Amino acid sequence: MSTSRRKFINLLLGGGLLGWLGSIFYPVFSYLKPPPVPEANVNSVKAGPVADFPKNSGKIIKFGRKPVILIKMDTGELRAFSATCTHLDCIVQYRDDSKQIWCACHNGIYDLRGRNVSGPPPRPLDEFAVNIVNDEIIVSKMKEIG
Amino acid sequence: MFKKTNEKIYHWMDERFNLTPLIEYMQHKQVPVHKHSVWYYMGGVALFLFIVQVCSGILLLLYYQPGVDSSYESVRFIMTKVNFGWLVRSVHSWSANLMVFFVFVHMFSTFFTRAFQKPRELTWVTGFILLALAMGFGFSGYLLPWDELAFFATKVGTDIAGAVPFIGEAIKIVLRGGEDVTGATLSRFYAIHVAMIPALFTVILSLHLLFVQRQGMHEPDYYKNLKPEQKKTIPFFPNFVLRDVLLWLIVLNVLLFLAVYFPWELGPKADPFASAPEGIRPEWYFMFMFQSLKLLPAHVWFMEGEVAGILLFSVAGLAWMLTPFWSIKFDKSARFNPMLFIGIAVIAFIIFMTILGYLM
Repeated sequence: MSTSRRKFINLLLGGGLLGWLGSIFYPVFSYLKPPPVPEANVNSVKAGPVADFPKNSGKIIKFGRKPVILIKMDTGELRAFSATCTHLDCIVQYRDDSKQIWCACHNGIYDLRGRNVSGPPPRPLDEFAVNIVNDEIIVSKMKEIG
Repeated sequence: MFKKTNEKIYHWMDERFNLTPLIEYMQHKQVPVHKHSVWYYMGGVALFLFIVQVCSGILLLLYYQPGVDSSYESVRFIMTKVNFGWLVRSVHSWSANLMVFFVFVHMFSTFFTRAFQKPRELTWVTGFILLALAMGFGFSGYLLPWDELAFFATKVGTDIAGAVPFIGEAIKIVLRGGEDVTGATLSRFYAIHVAMIPALFTVILSLHLLFVQRQGMHEPDYYKNLKPEQKKTIPFFPNFVLRDVLLWLIVLNVLLFLAVYFPWELGPKADPFASAPEGIRPEWYFMFMFQSLKLLPAHVWFMEGEVAGILLFSVAGLAWMLTPFWSIKFDKSARFNPMLFIGIAVIAFIIFMTILGYLM
């Protein structure tokens, strides 16, 4: 009788302790997790007049809170990709000498279709659609296929 | 007259706190003297540099203002406007680097003299935790000036943490205070750098020092086998302490020389919408890991290269921390000493990868 009573008391105290620890740590850990910041859903941005953008060059534009790299090739064709390297989050740049997209952090290289061709990047860069409306470059999210 | 007052104060304290046994203990404690005695001083040097870190860090706190619009500006203000501000910041950066260096020296000397063996297992483990915390200090402090190099190093470093299977994403978001490295990250790193790690570090350091004091200095095997009359020793107090202090003075001079003649620089301000510049690199003590990750292919087996790298370094780090519990006993009849081989291999790997990192 007395052992089962002791067991019961131990269980009660142990459970109470666990509950108490939970009531301390749950709010602390929840506090550490940052609340989501409301983000305006950006679908397209203007990137300036076509004439101001020289051939064989690239620039980083703001697409909401994300950087996007816009490239004008030798042919004058415009392409845009997510500028965030798929390896470790650095911001890529256009190399006018090798005509490739290059990440300086770990020497990752993408071709001008955004495909990872050498170095550590595991995935290609996401592509963005580029349109020209009234001589102005418009970069927008690719339409989901299907 | 002066002596009398001193004695009076001592007696007053002694009556209340019973100091005499403590002083006697320190006087009776002996430090062995032998050809490897020099390594006994390395931990002390690291401790001294930690004290310099605390003092210079407190001075920097008086002017530093965390924030996207103020971090960089306040560090520049410290370096250009505040009297001797450039010196204080330079001392803080240099002593941080020297501290990590001496912690490494201290650790490897402990490893090679096998001082981690029973009964000093926990001294080794606490020492390893201190090394990890020191690296945490370096990583979190690196971001605070909010310059270009700091920004990308932090992006990469926190993204690496994000590659850890299952919990990585949560760790990354908690560290960054959101999806990206922003002002929220700066606030968090500031809290980590000036409050969380210092508190933890102080506790672990106290334990580490308590263990060392309680167990005394480790004696290498050949010294242990000497006859008692052949063992040369010096008293811990005052002889050893005075030598320690002399060395600290030398280190302080070297530190000031470096801080004055090679002042720490501040790069261009971080811009979250600029390409990463060439030559992005972490602090030198992360270089060997950074370089290894760089050399790994995109995919190793079924994992992404970075995941495999992190896994490998985590396992290796854990094994290193637990060295006292798996270390292979050296049989004197055998020519080959496996622990010596492992230690040299680890150092060779670190040095090789570090040099490669700076060359490539």
